[in-house]
Amino acid sequence: MFFLIFKRFVLGLITLFIVSLITFIGVEILPGDACTSYLEREAFGEALAACIKRLGLDVPAHERYLSWAFNVIQGDFGYSLSGQMQINEVLGPRIKNSLVLASAAIIIGIPLALILGIITALWRDKMPDIIISTVAIFSMTIPEFISATLLILIVAIWLEWLPGIVIVPTDVTFFELLPNIILPVIAIAMIMTAHMARMVRSSVIQVMASDYIQMAILKGVPYWKMVFKHVLPNALLPAINVVALTIAWLLGGVVVTEVVFNYPGLGRLVIESISNRDLPVVQALGIILASIYVSINFIADLLTLMLNPRLKTLQTRK
Amino acid sequence: MENSKDIFNEKPKSSFAKAFDVISTMASKPSGFIGLAILVFHIILAITSPWFAPYDYKAINPSLMLNAPSSEFWFGTDSLGRDVFTRTILGGRTALTITFFGSIIALLWGGLLGIFCGLVGGRIDDIVMRIVDAFLSIPWILAMLLIVSLLGTTTEVLIPALGFFYGKGIVRVARAATHDVIAKDFIVSAKARGHSNLSIIWNEILPNVRDAILVEGAMRWSWMLLGFSSLSFLGFGVSPPTPDWGLMISNARGLMSFAWWAVIAPIVGLSSLIIGINLTADAFAKALGIDRSTKAPV
Repeated sequence: MFFLIFKRFVLGLITLFIVSLITFIGVEILPGDACTSYLEREAFGEALAACIKRLGLDVPAHERYLSWAFNVIQGDFGYSLSGQMQINEVLGPRIKNSLVLASAAIIIGIPLALILGIITALWRDKMPDIIISTVAIFSMTIPEFISATLLILIVAIWLEWLPGIVIVPTDVTFFELLPNIILPVIAIAMIMTAHMARMVRSSVIQVMASDYIQMAILKGVPYWKMVFKHVLPNALLPAINVVALTIAWLLGGVVVTEVVFNYPGLGRLVIESISNRDLPVVQALGIILASIYVSINFIADLLTLMLNPRLKTLQTRK
Repeated sequence: MENSKDIFNEKPKSSFAKAFDVISTMASKPSGFIGLAILVFHIILAITSPWFAPYDYKAINPSLMLNAPSSEFWFGTDSLGRDVFTRTILGGRTALTITFFGSIIALLWGGLLGIFCGLVGGRIDDIVMRIVDAFLSIPWILAMLLIVSLLGTTTEVLIPALGFFYGKGIVRVARAATHDVIAKDFIVSAKARGHSNLSIIWNEILPNVRDAILVEGAMRWSWMLLGFSSLSFLGFGVSPPTPDWGLMISNARGLMSFAWWAVIAPIVGLSSLIIGINLTADAFAKALGIDRSTKAPV
């Protein structure tokens, strides 16, 4: 089992290494370097030369990649172009803000998705299933910026229950922040819950149709005991990986949601840095978001391995 | 009796008849019927709307700013005095065209590369899949925004860029589907007959994985539409004054406390189209006997 975990870990590191190459080469081959795209029309003469000097763009690309990668491993992303600040200082509060948003959405979303998924599977094709599944299709397919806009229009503007635009002063307690983040959290959790509930539903339905459950029914195991002891452990295990992929996929949606609510997280930093053509920050964001994706998947692999007794004894399979 | 049907002399169905069968199976369920109806409605609307649009979509008229819906302007006017109804019925044309061609590109390169990797296996397969994994772990929005901001928001940039970024997930699906058929006898015998890889892909594998790839492509279409609209919403999609739902929502959003009609109309247009494509893709998968609901949207 340790070998398996180690193998997954190494694969994750290789993926991150390729990501760093892709972001570096991508920025390199797209027209314009960091200096010309940032300075735009003022990109000539002394200003350009100074900028090139400061970023070290005069050394060959492979040397720049090596020194950049070396610094990144040590946790140093260099300087941003626009703010003249260290990228780490820019990133710190943004990561914290986004974490608050994402973890709130996950804490609400996962249990809710489990409950809804199980309900829809057990009452398959009956009223509860039809209603919940229809709502799920709507909240899953409608883009985040539409559900977020509608939430603002209905809850903040028409009903005036909550503020529509998030204003986050630097030092606030959690309870002061709470009314500000309710709407963005709902917007993110809605789409995530719908996706996961659908997966849980079909996973439970699959297990319910299997031979050992039929056997349990024939043996007369009480219904709820069967559901909790026999169905759920087997149904939820394969769902873990899919849930992880869904959460990772929603990173893109978080970006859009943060823009709609003007929430100062990583997502808005993506837009800001791209609008400002601040390529060093874009590169840093690429690596950070990719590491989040890789670690979520790694954690999901770990969970699956730890919860699945069959995999504990296997050494090499898959 | 059913079983006594003479299966050897039965004529194979033409591909047209097969397509008709699939569509009628899709339409036999309410969700599939609704999805198909919405999709067909949107396609017809996108094709015909320039002929019956009541006003000029880019005519700015300061005296008509933010008029509420009336018999003259059915959906009201926006902050520049443009007719919202005209812009709404025209608003899906760009998105539909770009994402349609984008999905075809995604299907082609993703499907073919996936089949190829599944067939040859070994080191090439390992390397390609690592690269695909790496691309999957970069959020699409960051990569798309970077490309679009550096290369511009023209159609020639958007279609291949979207096609590329939404095709990488198809590589995995096509590869998995190929693995399912690769061990079957007819592939082994084709190899034994000395067919080339290309001929095996075209004649033996493609007909067997086609359904899975097509379903994936239909699903990608709706995600790509979602992605494209998000780009427009963020101001990185089509450029004004082209009417586009994502752009219209983002423009009208700031004033929605007193002009909700300008934001509701494009919201209804975009949501209904995405829901329509999704329901259609789901029904399409069910009609072909493919279960997608346990898959993550990567």
